[in-house]
Amino acid sequence: MTVAIVRFGGSNCDRDALRALDDVGVDAEIVWHEDGLPEDVTGIMLPGGFSYGDYLRAGAMAAHSPIMNDVRDAAADGTPVLGVCNGAQIGCESGLTEGAFTTNASARFQCEHVNVRVENADTPWTSGYEEGDVVSLPIAHGEGRYEIDDDRLTQLETSERVLFRYCDENGDPSVDANPNGSKHNVAGVLGERDTTAVLMPHPERATLADVGGTDGRPLLRGFARATTQ
Amino acid sequence: MTAYTATVTVRLKHGVLDPEAETTQQALERLGFELEDLRASDRFEVDLDAETEDDARERATEMAERLLANPTIHDYDVAVDPRD
Repeated sequence: MTVAIVRFGGSNCDRDALRALDDVGVDAEIVWHEDGLPEDVTGIMLPGGFSYGDYLRAGAMAAHSPIMNDVRDAAADGTPVLGVCNGAQIGCESGLTEGAFTTNASARFQCEHVNVRVENADTPWTSGYEEGDVVSLPIAHGEGRYEIDDDRLTQLETSERVLFRYCDENGDPSVDANPNGSKHNVAGVLGERDTTAVLMPHPERATLADVGGTDGRPLLRGFARATTQ
Repeated sequence: MTAYTATVTVRLKHGVLDPEAETTQQALERLGFELEDLRASDRFEVDLDAETEDDARERATEMAERLLANPTIHDYDVAVDPRD
């Protein structure tokens, strides 16, 4: 079994992801996007970074790499796919998930720890949390504001495909706790199947105690379990 | 075949926040300019050869749909002119 961490030109969280996944027992390998997915792939991670310099829009270029056709097929078959930060932007640009991540309301790059509330704990990614848990994760992005039209946002919410919302330390998804102006404080969403997820915060940077915080660890452990099912 | 330039203009949909435009407007106001609003857009000029103007427009529209614009947040329009 192999989880493929897809490296594009400008990915820079691929090795962080490898180390964090290795630490939770996932056999992962970094795969150059032009080389395609390994045949025995059991999971796919789209890591953070600045693929292709964020030209046009963050994630727009990587979303049209041929490997993304295979990623979409794998996702449709139920292979777990996780997009983090730039990987989340690529996920939305490629149609793996709905909506778009665009320029922060502050118009600034934001690099800080934020709190997010677990909105749905009945997914492979969040089964290690309880619904309503407040989780501290780092963000580092300039284009993380989740945008989607109101009708589709309502559909996402009623079908429980919002995974995390930015919140304060008490779990209140307040305006002040929203670091980037995301609609309804959305920090991460599920795709058509709950085995596909994207989020702007970095669980792989909150998995190893020596880099500060382990609140992201249950999410990667969920990834590990999902790849063996 | 005729040479055309297709101009694709991509802008945020009405109601979608544009922090860069807001920041630019504030900077203009700091310089003493008076203005009511400011909108930014991206303009792509695509040189292409096509049988007809409609064919050129159709191809440029597909470029907008598939890459130049993100339909979730953008509107776009396409203008086609003969190119010397």
